[in-house]
Amino acid sequence: MAQDDHSGAELAAADSSHAAPEFAGSTGTAVVPYDAFENPGFEPHRPRVTDQDPRREKRAQRTVYTLFYLSVLGSVWAVAAYMLFPMESNNVDAVRLNNMFIGFGATLALLGIGFGAVHWGKSLMTSAESIDTRHPISTSEATQRGAVEVFRQADEESGFSRRTVIRNSLIGALLAFPLPAVVLFRGFAPQDELPVELLSHTMWKKGTRLALDPSGVAIKASDVTIGSAFHVIPEGLTDLEHGKLEEKAKAAVLLMRLEPDELNQTPERESWSYEGIVAYSKICTHVGCPVALYEQHTHHLLCPCHQSQFDVANHCKVIFGPAKRPLPQLPIAVDDEGYLIAQSDFTEPVGPSFWERN
Amino acid sequence: MSTASTRSPAPVKRSFTAEASEYVNDRTGLAIAIKGLGRKAFPDHWSFLLGEVALFSFIVILVSGTFLTFFFQASMAEVHYDGSYVPLKGVEMSVAMASTLDISFDIRGGLFVRQMHHWAALLFVAAIGLHMLRVFFTGAFRKPREINWVFGFTLFVLALGEGFTGYSLPDDLLSGNGLRIIDGLVKGIPLIGTWTSFLLFGGEFPGTVIVGRLYALHILLLPALLVALIGIHVVYVFIHKHTQFAGPGREPTNSVGPPILPIYAAKAGGFMFIIWGVISLIAALFTINPIWNYGPYDPSPVSAGTQPDWYIGFADGALRLIPPGWEFVLFDRTWSFNILVPLVVIGIFLLLVVAYPFIEAWVKGDTREHHIADRPRNAPTRTAIGAAGVTFYAALWAAASSDILATHFSLTMEGVIYALQAITVLGPFIAYFITKRVCIALQKKDREVVLHGYESGRIVKLPGGEFIEVHQPLDEYDRWRLVSYESYQPLMLRPNARGKITIGQRVRASLSRWFFEDRIAPVTQGELEASHSAHH
Ligand code: FES
Repeated sequence: MAQDDHSGAELAAADSSHAAPEFAGSTGTAVVPYDAFENPGFEPHRPRVTDQDPRREKRAQRTVYTLFYLSVLGSVWAVAAYMLFPMESNNVDAVRLNNMFIGFGATLALLGIGFGAVHWGKSLMTSAESIDTRHPISTSEATQRGAVEVFRQADEESGFSRRTVIRNSLIGALLAFPLPAVVLFRGFAPQDELPVELLSHTMWKKGTRLALDPSGVAIKASDVTIGSAFHVIPEGLTDLEHGKLEEKAKAAVLLMRLEPDELNQTPERESWSYEGIVAYSKICTHVGCPVALYEQHTHHLLCPCHQSQFDVANHCKVIFGPAKRPLPQLPIAVDDEGYLIAQSDFTEPVGPSFWERN
Repeated sequence: MSTASTRSPAPVKRSFTAEASEYVNDRTGLAIAIKGLGRKAFPDHWSFLLGEVALFSFIVILVSGTFLTFFFQASMAEVHYDGSYVPLKGVEMSVAMASTLDISFDIRGGLFVRQMHHWAALLFVAAIGLHMLRVFFTGAFRKPREINWVFGFTLFVLALGEGFTGYSLPDDLLSGNGLRIIDGLVKGIPLIGTWTSFLLFGGEFPGTVIVGRLYALHILLLPALLVALIGIHVVYVFIHKHTQFAGPGREPTNSVGPPILPIYAAKAGGFMFIIWGVISLIAALFTINPIWNYGPYDPSPVSAGTQPDWYIGFADGALRLIPPGWEFVLFDRTWSFNILVPLVVIGIFLLLVVAYPFIEAWVKGDTREHHIADRPRNAPTRTAIGAAGVTFYAALWAAASSDILATHFSLTMEGVIYALQAITVLGPFIAYFITKRVCIALQKKDREVVLHGYESGRIVKLPGGEFIEVHQPLDEYDRWRLVSYESYQPLMLRPNARGKITIGQRVRASLSRWFFEDRIAPVTQGELEASHSAHH
């Protein structure tokens, strides 16, 4: 069996003479000392107390059948509990009791059988161990050669390796035939939509009012006091017939008001805020959880999923955590009636990064 | 075997069992299985029960899950909830969520079955993990069991898949957030990510199809694979016969233990009911996944401190440990290393796990069958590698709770992450080093005990006035438990038949040196005699 010419058979001081011959094989780098101890053979069998003391045996027997009877009791109790503890509307406690008492019955039923059977096995069944002989897993070499021979003969009779043109065309056909099945998977998503397209736009448009999440009530700039933060959705989102969650998953925004001098705005974004009110995408640029935790005194936003932190005072730059990109900013303004509105859509895709994003 | 009926015309009174088995055997030929397997010895050790725990909890999952399918509706169509749980009355949610609430609040015992299903699933994955550790640390993956290790590993991966798909089905806030993370992860994969996510969710996240698709995987494809593989896995346990620890009378060529019928059947069967009972008790007492507290999925809210099911933790933790800024735009494309690195690292980790038996076999060059389980200390390098792996996994896992660690111990979030980053990188090395030293120390201790006996605790005063503790010699049975292992020595580089030293051989030699240079050999007869004569 030692066909592996790198095997350590030739170098190890190995002597596998004490191993059974049918378990032959290279010992590799195992060291088999010549004067290793001999297996002393089985220890003498020790009888258990239940084997020697009839009273103990009786008692064990009693324990076993008591457990089995308890199990029956448990089953009956579970059925009774099903009827005795109905689940009532507006009553969480009733649900809890129903769950608990059915569960206790089932538990008793199961544990009774379990402990009973184990106890029976341990204390009353004959305790002698069996001894099996192991045989090598591999079949005899003749059988193995026979199997190889079968393949050789099949090859011979079919001409599989001789008739190369047939063989190669078959391989080609076999490679090609699953392709249609693969193509069918295109149908997993709508045919007329492109992901990159969809990911690049949200519901926000020039003039869309910022509304409260979840009520959908538009927000006036005067409602946003310094230090406050609002969860925001585009007005009209709640009225959508279709795709409400999909739109919300892109359009959710956090609105915060800081002292205007606390904001370090770049010149080109100065016009994106309104008197210290800023709006940022709520969808984390890491893998897309909602960045829902706002720490008012530090102006930090925290994503609860993997602890990325964003600094609102500095255009939501990442200050800690695995996210890389700042949260996209939504340019806002105020309309004639004093409501906050978007100046446009986000200027970049929101949410997690994707391959085609640049 | 089945000829008795044709042979004996004389009416002999026969037992019901004999009659019945003859009837069945005449039609199935199954008697050969009973005769062959019924009295098979099944080696006994508490650690051998871990695989059984996995098997038995899987049965609970199958049965409870089937019950749940009769009530659960895997649809994401929007409805206004109109069940018994008043706080959510009128709330818009998917049919999936509403039907899960109905299972919990409107079907008697439904909550119990749901909780059994979830708890059993948690136990299932945990038991598989522990079972794998047992197999690893005792070397029970060695020839002829390497392929069964691969099957077992595949089962572990499938179990994770089952867990995650199941977690996503109720379409509550937490499961939706889990899917959101999956969506973000998938999108981060170069080249195919965006489209993969698009196809998976049937359009934009979250879409209206994902629950139904995951349901098909959860109750059809994955269970079919699991059942088939569990079957193969267990059949191979029978074919290989279970490993056993070294002990008097136990040889590589035998298998010693209680016979399957009746003792093993009674104990394992009883144990099965005990596991079921324990799951039932937990389900009766402890709420799991109270989706009514979370509410339906909505992409906007999220609550801090929520945790995924435990087995997903390591992946979530890996994401958290990435330092800021690992994402670049190169060649007009986005490379999200903050996502790729965790995926690749976990992939490599899992690959090493599944490949380990083959690596160790190659290093040793040992082609014999091994049926005696190693004591972990007797394979110090393997045990140390295992400890390193466990530490790595544990560090990732702990990272998934970094926020809870921080608030619980009033630490800063950053501090916890930095510490866990250090532990993830350095911890495995430290664990490796300590474990290896401990193993070797234990082996030396074993040698000591074999050579000089164990300390009896009895102090005697010698005539000269000095006190010594009497050492009690071991009996031959206990000695055998301590000396019956094999040690390996490092491979020496030798040119092959063509007089060359190949690169492969060099790698193998250095791995072999790493594995076996600190070798403690078992005590031999000669050494014991020498030590005795030195004493007297
Ligand atoms: S999703 Fe926000 S940090 Fe990962």
